[in-house]
Amino acid sequence: MGVFLLRRAILAVLVCLTVLVISFALTRVAGDPALAVAGPQATAADLASIRTAYGLDRPLPAQFLDWVVAAAHGDLGRSYLFREPVANLVAARLPVTLTLGLVGLSFAIVIAVPLGMLAALNEGRPLDRIVTGFALLGQALPSFWLALILIILFGLRWQLLPIAGVEDWTGYVLPGLVLSFSAIPALMRLTRSGMIEAMGSDYIRTARAGGLSRLSIVCKHAARNAAMPVVAIAAVQLGFMLGGSIVIEAVFNLPGVGFLAWESISKNDFPVVQAVVLILALIYIGLTLGADLLNAVLDPRLRAQ
Amino acid sequence: MTRHIATGIGLFIIGFTLLVALIGPSLVPHDPFTQDLMQRLQPPAWLGGSGEHLFGTDQLGRDYLARLVYGARISLLIGACAALTSGVIGITLGVLGGFFGGRVDDVVMFVITCRLSIPLILVALAIVSAVGSSLTIVVLTLGLLLWDRFAVVARTTTMQVRNLDYVAAAQAAGASLWHVLAREVVPNIAHHLVVVATLEVALAILLESVLSFLGLGVPAPLPSWGLMIAEGKDYMFFEPWVIMVPGLALFVLVLGINLVGDGLRDLFGTRSRG
Amino acid sequence: MADGLEPVLEVEGLRVRFGATEAVRGAGLLVRRGETHCLVGESGCGKSVTALAVMGLLAKGAVRTEGRIRFQGQDISGLGDRALGRLRGDRIGMIFQEPMTSLNPAYTIGSQMTEVYRRHRGGSRAAAAERAAALLGRVGMANPGLRLGQFPHQLSGGLRQRVMIAMALLCGPELLIADEPTTALDVTVQAGILRLLAGLQAEMGLALLLITHDLGVVARVAQRVSVMYAGQVIESAPAGALFAAPTHPYTRGLLASVPVPGRQRRDEPLGSIPGTVPRMPVGFVGCGFRDRCPSAMPDCAVEVPLRHRSPDHAYLCRLDA
Repeated sequence: MGVFLLRRAILAVLVCLTVLVISFALTRVAGDPALAVAGPQATAADLASIRTAYGLDRPLPAQFLDWVVAAAHGDLGRSYLFREPVANLVAARLPVTLTLGLVGLSFAIVIAVPLGMLAALNEGRPLDRIVTGFALLGQALPSFWLALILIILFGLRWQLLPIAGVEDWTGYVLPGLVLSFSAIPALMRLTRSGMIEAMGSDYIRTARAGGLSRLSIVCKHAARNAAMPVVAIAAVQLGFMLGGSIVIEAVFNLPGVGFLAWESISKNDFPVVQAVVLILALIYIGLTLGADLLNAVLDPRLRAQ
Repeated sequence: MTRHIATGIGLFIIGFTLLVALIGPSLVPHDPFTQDLMQRLQPPAWLGGSGEHLFGTDQLGRDYLARLVYGARISLLIGACAALTSGVIGITLGVLGGFFGGRVDDVVMFVITCRLSIPLILVALAIVSAVGSSLTIVVLTLGLLLWDRFAVVARTTTMQVRNLDYVAAAQAAGASLWHVLAREVVPNIAHHLVVVATLEVALAILLESVLSFLGLGVPAPLPSWGLMIAEGKDYMFFEPWVIMVPGLALFVLVLGINLVGDGLRDLFGTRSRG
Repeated sequence: MADGLEPVLEVEGLRVRFGATEAVRGAGLLVRRGETHCLVGESGCGKSVTALAVMGLLAKGAVRTEGRIRFQGQDISGLGDRALGRLRGDRIGMIFQEPMTSLNPAYTIGSQMTEVYRRHRGGSRAAAAERAAALLGRVGMANPGLRLGQFPHQLSGGLRQRVMIAMALLCGPELLIADEPTTALDVTVQAGILRLLAGLQAEMGLALLLITHDLGVVARVAQRVSVMYAGQVIESAPAGALFAAPTHPYTRGLLASVPVPGRQRRDEPLGSIPGTVPRMPVGFVGCGFRDRCPSAMPDCAVEVPLRHRSPDHAYLCRLDA
């Protein structure tokens, strides 16, 4: 168990380093960042002084190393646009994105898991087909379109929930719901297939032979075994959601990291883009590592290895 | 039975969209780029508009139906090309990793993990923003980023096939590596990959619409459905059909492709976990 | 039937169908108190399905179309799943063939056993754990307290089967159905399990229905034997009588194919029955063995009567004994 985690940790570090290189390279593809800072009216002298100020006149590998070393100390550079340390900008927005992700995941689990179990217990019957069909529809729905429709409904027709900003918790409801739709189909299908497999297993037959109640058989014995792959997927889905929150934040005008990244991309604010890509990647890596840990906790057989 | 009906519906949707994309632009009386500011935001015929613009006009007076039909072309084109590109990359990686195992496989798995770790949309936006937006760039960007599922499926199926007798027989008979891979391995994993391909086309179409919606995808004035939704966003409270129509088109097309993909999955018996 | 002990399980005319195939075609059984009754037959003959049908544990797709099942004189054929659930684990216990997969890997032995006990008897967790430990001791496990806290994957196949037996006996059932309990175990472990079952049965006065395909097991433990073929019980007799005077052509073929030291000469081929066990379509009439039977007659295609060689030795064949 310890060896396994160590291996995964080393792998995670290597992936981090690669992502560092990727996100660094990403922003240098555009050409001269100094132009972005200075604007189109800059003179050559302006550009030169900007380059020196931001260290852009040093060779690329040196710039990369500078950045890595600084990042390790928590210094993610300075935003060209906001003239603030990137770390501050990100730190201010990250809670919003994380909250959004968790709300989205919670909605997804609360909706997908019971539906998946319902479909599994009614396998082949109309209810199963309806639920599976619903998942299919959800998979095809463009999230930004759903968001706009909900905004029209809740902004125009029913003034129940806010459609922009996050003054209080209600501001997370609609965005969280839209975000959850990206994970619901996969989670529902996995729950369903896991439950079908569990319910057909020998230990369930033993439980029935022991006279246990249907409730216990379904919700305790079968569900526990079906949950294991779902947990791993749920963590991965959260990672995807955090990466994909950019669209939702843009539509609902949420002050999160994704929105920040979008603005920064449009305005060529490279330090911010670099940093956000890195942060999100780190979170994803952490989540997958966490999912492995959680799996080990849930499955006694893994702990022994 | 339901499965057959569903797949049939999916095939019909794809076929219809293909037809529309191919001959639609020549059938519609207007062209998608001509602006007519006197005719801005005319409602569609069924909401009281004149018959001149069947689906109404957008905020610059361009015929909506013409843009919708042209947009079908863009969606299908990008979807197919991006899926093709990502397929080539992903399948190559997956087959190599699955066939050789060992260090090669470790590298392949590492590359896949790195790709999965980076936030997809963000990176795509950054690339398009850096290099400039055009159809080609969007296709290449999506192709460079969407290969992970191809790689994973190609890898797992290659590993299953590698140990089968006919592969060993071909190797024992002295067949070259290229021959073994191309004639023994790939044909036997092809059906799994076809299923992945259909789902990747759908994903590419969805992602392109997201990029275009955020302003960093297909460049205006090209009528990508995502772009049309973005343009219509400002007017959606008063003229909701501006975003409903292209959104519905996107939804139905992606649904159709997914239905066909599921049908293929059932046909080939390749249902796997989730 | 001559014996004086009261019947615990009576099955009459049981029919189970899987789609277009009939797995059990009018089978009947009688298991008495304190008796080890072996239900023997090749794989595919319907013996496991019979047991599952009795317990109401048939898999999806399988339907019991006919049959009367009486437990301790009470007709349980019409009982719903909930009512049967009250009997299962309490008054009727069942153990299965695959001990490696029959226990839930996510929960400890103790939690699984105590749950069954408390379901039927209520009470505190501590009391249930005590009872579980007691039973584990009775099935011959050393250090029951330790085992209660362990997970199934930490036990060997033989130990897991002992746990299954203990679990089935927790509430002191009157009938224990054991479906191929030793088939998946090493030969050396098999003997121990069989001895255990025999001992427990004597101690607790159980009725034991032991399903097996292994005639060696039958010879060792059976008091009464029912031979099953293609969904029907084609011969039923006390063990001694069956081995001494097998009557049905299938039984004779079966016994002839088992090597017995001293009975065959070294270079004599083992007897065998040509052909394979067929799948019986619904509506099949007549003897299911007639295609493989050396003594088949045209009359065998019609309904076969149940005949008796002696009051407690019945068989399903037109031939005379």
